Amino acid sequence: MLVTSVGKMRLEKPGMVASGVMDETGPSMVRMLRSGAGAVVTKSIGSEPNPGHPNPVFTELKGGYINAMGLPNPGIELFGKEMEIAAKNGNIIGSIYGSSPEEFSALAVKMERYGAAAVELNLSCPNAAGYGMEIGTDPSVVGSIVSAVKSAVSIPVWTKLTPNTHMIKDLAMAVQDAGGDAVVAINTVKAMVISPMFGKPILSNKFGGLSGPAIRSIGVRAVFEIRTVVDIPIIGVGGISDWKDAAQYLMAGACAFQIGSAVGTKGIEVFDTINSELERFMKDYGYSSISKMVGVAHE
Amino acid sequence: MSDSVRIVGILDNAHDTKTFEFQWDEKASPGQFIMVWVPGMEEIPMSLSKTDRIKSITVKKIGKDTQKLHELSLGDPIRIRGPYGKGFDLRKSKNMLLVGGGVGTAAIIPAVKETGADTIIAARTDRDIIMDEVAGRYAKNLWIATDDGSRGFHGNAVQLMREKASENKYEMVLACGPEIMQYHLYNACVELGMDCQLSLERHMKCGAGVCGCCVMDDLRVCKDGPVLTKEQISKIKDFGVSKRDECGRIVKLG
Repeated sequence: MLVTSVGKMRLEKPGMVASGVMDETGPSMVRMLRSGAGAVVTKSIGSEPNPGHPNPVFTELKGGYINAMGLPNPGIELFGKEMEIAAKNGNIIGSIYGSSPEEFSALAVKMERYGAAAVELNLSCPNAAGYGMEIGTDPSVVGSIVSAVKSAVSIPVWTKLTPNTHMIKDLAMAVQDAGGDAVVAINTVKAMVISPMFGKPILSNKFGGLSGPAIRSIGVRAVFEIRTVVDIPIIGVGGISDWKDAAQYLMAGACAFQIGSAVGTKGIEVFDTINSELERFMKDYGYSSISKMVGVAHE
Repeated sequence: MSDSVRIVGILDNAHDTKTFEFQWDEKASPGQFIMVWVPGMEEIPMSLSKTDRIKSITVKKIGKDTQKLHELSLGDPIRIRGPYGKGFDLRKSKNMLLVGGGVGTAAIIPAVKETGADTIIAARTDRDIIMDEVAGRYAKNLWIATDDGSRGFHGNAVQLMREKASENKYEMVLACGPEIMQYHLYNACVELGMDCQLSLERHMKCGAGVCGCCVMDDLRVCKDGPVLTKEQISKIKDFGVSKRDECGRIVKLG
């Protein structure tokens, strides 16, 4: 009942682990695959090892988390060892970040060789100078990166978009026009938190990305808007912590969804819980499959 | 949750170790930790050395971040978040031995207070022993070990633990200290047929079980730990062998 597909990729369960969450090592990704997730998206991997920003890089706040990890990762070469452990256990989506079409392509080729079921282009991280959102808010740049990666690999190419723009629809259209296989929306919302007692920003990077319940309605709106302009699959992400949140994304037009922050607030069990409660909802309301729910809010 | 609190007490524990007390109403249990930050330092995880309404952290000066904390005075604010993680399960056994090594001793003190169990405190030398006074007030028996024999038993925590375990029938060992100590402690527990719960440490970023940077195999030290059971530890390949650096690269333990 919960089976869905993102293009040609079949997922036994519609929920995936979002990039950046329990996905830096092989064994932790295997654990998440066994927790009821249909796929795990890796931490965003770059060309070289990166320690990320110095602590503090994270804090709780009303309605969610703010983080500025700064893309910590061991680099694409060493990450092969983690993929070797994880990829044979299920769908691993290789998230990658770079600063040019060539760098993205080279990383995608490695991910494909490592056994990734798809790649997810991080064109949306708000916390890294020269990467992510800084290049991902220009539709022509997004298009050139997607088309370069498309011609370099044969696995599906997904693109994760930022909500920190007034033109997310244009970004999604650029992805589709460049031959991209799917759009993932949304990444975190650029935000800030200041300590009144110290009179200073708390994160070492000053700014960070807001995630969790506070951004869910932004994500649902973004998916709904994107659905009106593209036909390629959409994967919804942002503030999902229960079945109702997931259902909203599906009804807005997503065929699958990702969960990040709720792994912290609800625990790893969040996938199992959402799977069983979503299934119960579908039975009660006469939805025989996930695809029957997708986009119903547009009808 | 996160909070800013003021230092209401500072105790000198040893030449390089201080305890900072603050009032914080969050409920915390022995073995849990918090993330601590003031401007000018990197935020770091610290075990709670007091878990009542007045809570405390015990800081050994080992680098620039702990140096920054040592500069704090009474009334200064610190930013904390937590409490995080799974602490010691004190109801699992009635016949326990608590072992603290070096500054790790601070993390077992709340458990000593709550259980009154027999306790070993170990350190390199007499001047590195901390919190023996408070432990002595609550523990049924308190034994001290120093590597150089300048006080108490001449030898390390594990050697003294083996000696005490042969004299008394302990079911369970609870410990916190350097990983090398805990690694040998674990092996001794396996050999002697005792259960154990060990408080472990890895490089931490979010502290809240989200980012996965502090994993040992597939366990998050911040959320599934920091106190792990003997059964959990038996499955971890990294224990005593390797850790992950800030980039997530595997680094062999020295």
